[in-house]
Amino acid sequence: MNTLKRFAGVLWLMAGPLAIYYLVKTAAAEINKKPVIDTKIQWSVFVIVFIPIAIGIMIFGYYAIKGEYGHLPKNSAEIAD
Amino acid sequence: MNQPTNEIQGIRRIIAASSVGTLIEWYDFYIFGSLAPVIASQFFPRTNPTAALLSTLATFAAGFIVRPFGALVFGRLGDLIGRKYTFLLTLIIMGSATFAIGLVPGYETIGFAAPIIVLILRLLQGLALGGEYGGAATYVAEHAPPKRRGFFTSWIQTTATLGLFLSLGIILITRHSLDEDRIKSIAKFNDWGWRIPFLVSIILVIISVYIRLKMKESPLYAKLKTEGKTSINPLKESFAHRSNLKMVLLALFGATMGQGVVWYTGQFYAQAFIENICKVDFEQSRTILIWAILFATPFFVVFGSLSDKIGRKWIMIVGMLLAIITYRPLFGKLFSIADEKNKVEIVNKKEINTSLKPVASTGNSLRFVGIKHLFDDGMLMTETKTDTVYALAGKTTIKPDVKLSKLLPAKEYWMMVAIVFIMIIYVTLVYGPIAAFLVEMFPTKIRYTSMSLPYHIGNGIFGGLTPFIALLLTTIYTGDKLVGLYYPIIVAGVCFLIGLLYLRNKIDPDVND
Repeated sequence: MNTLKRFAGVLWLMAGPLAIYYLVKTAAAEINKKPVIDTKIQWSVFVIVFIPIAIGIMIFGYYAIKGEYGHLPKNSAEIAD
Repeated sequence: MNQPTNEIQGIRRIIAASSVGTLIEWYDFYIFGSLAPVIASQFFPRTNPTAALLSTLATFAAGFIVRPFGALVFGRLGDLIGRKYTFLLTLIIMGSATFAIGLVPGYETIGFAAPIIVLILRLLQGLALGGEYGGAATYVAEHAPPKRRGFFTSWIQTTATLGLFLSLGIILITRHSLDEDRIKSIAKFNDWGWRIPFLVSIILVIISVYIRLKMKESPLYAKLKTEGKTSINPLKESFAHRSNLKMVLLALFGATMGQGVVWYTGQFYAQAFIENICKVDFEQSRTILIWAILFATPFFVVFGSLSDKIGRKWIMIVGMLLAIITYRPLFGKLFSIADEKNKVEIVNKKEINTSLKPVASTGNSLRFVGIKHLFDDGMLMTETKTDTVYALAGKTTIKPDVKLSKLLPAKEYWMMVAIVFIMIIYVTLVYGPIAAFLVEMFPTKIRYTSMSLPYHIGNGIFGGLTPFIALLLTTIYTGDKLVGLYYPIIVAGVCFLIGLLYLRNKIDPDVND
């Protein structure tokens, strides 16, 4: 199970850049197609909000590959560096 | 013998006090959304591009961007100074902002100051909402007995849905009680009556503040404070420490992200789909949702309670899986119920009414053509075409404005209620256990901060954007009426896989750490 969790981490790590690419590409196309203020704001909001989330899923993937989720903390004492 | 009874009475009081406040905050938040078209006409005239820009910002910024910031600001405060005073503060901010929106003069009276004030007040609403939920969930969970944490926190989960129910109910009642004549009543509501639901909020908030003032601090937090063990820097401890950050990311990508889209698809996109894609009448589309919510709400408590017995994970996972598999057939059925192509028109009952309204000093007139189609199953479809009759011979409107509104007969109406009810059952599956699940993931000293951020990114951003993105997809890919569902299906699909693989089904017996 832990091996599967690590391998799946690659998927989550790749999902981030893929999502950013698709988002920016669609935003550019939609703004070009209809260059009004509403479209610009809508797509700018999507890009600004979802890019940090895409980075978040990359970090999640990285942790998964590193085996961080092989063991989840059993008590709060474990959640401390 | 008396101790358990007193304990149960005590926790009931705590749940009631926490839930009433949270319900009012949701009510305040929803009335703005439910009255968006009326508010737009009062404060954000579409003819003015800057006002239109502020309108879009008010919709997006407050609902989606600000909520996670509210989670950070008030989450930090809740871990630094305590749960009680923080969620008292969020309630006061929310209530004051809502009441103030009801008092702001319109664009015609004070010009640009109006949309700017409304935007600021809406931002305050979003911030307050971002801080409220984590506080209420944490407060109740920290009082609840370990084996009934899911049951007790699920009452907090009902508030978001009941807040929507209350806002829709008060809006519909106000809309119809301002004049004996229905049309005049709606006109009065659109003119000034829309302010009533905002102003009513202050009474509810005063009662709730009074109740909350009488509450005591969470015993777990009070103990930490006495021992001097509270966090000095909750933000750093929550997000800069790998051991906690990995749990925040797991909570977001393995639970709240999917829960958020399932919630907003069932309760908000379903209503938008029924109104905008199926073209069902304004009020029917709302009362369908009201009935479905009314029947489904008890299931929040049912599944919250069940999660105390079988664990939180599988209930949420099943909810996401059912949503992924059945969204397309369920929405397809909603569409076919109202689709006139599946019905036979009674042609001799067709009515056409035409009227002209002169446009001042141009010589042109606006022409309204109302066509009423009656179908064999009793559905009445009203088609309203509006175009301009020009004084200049030969000049015609290139594309007349056409609006459709369908009034469903009883059988079809209740079929839609049943379908939306099923979708809200999915909401209760994913949302009922989520508070207990999040509370158990994080330590007391940084619990408010750590659980609030994934909750509000999952619900505010992934969930809150669902109706916009789904409707936007239908305008990009016009061939498929159900194309908007790919957004919640893909997000819930990714969350389902992550949750299935990485989440643990353990119920934490001790959140006292």
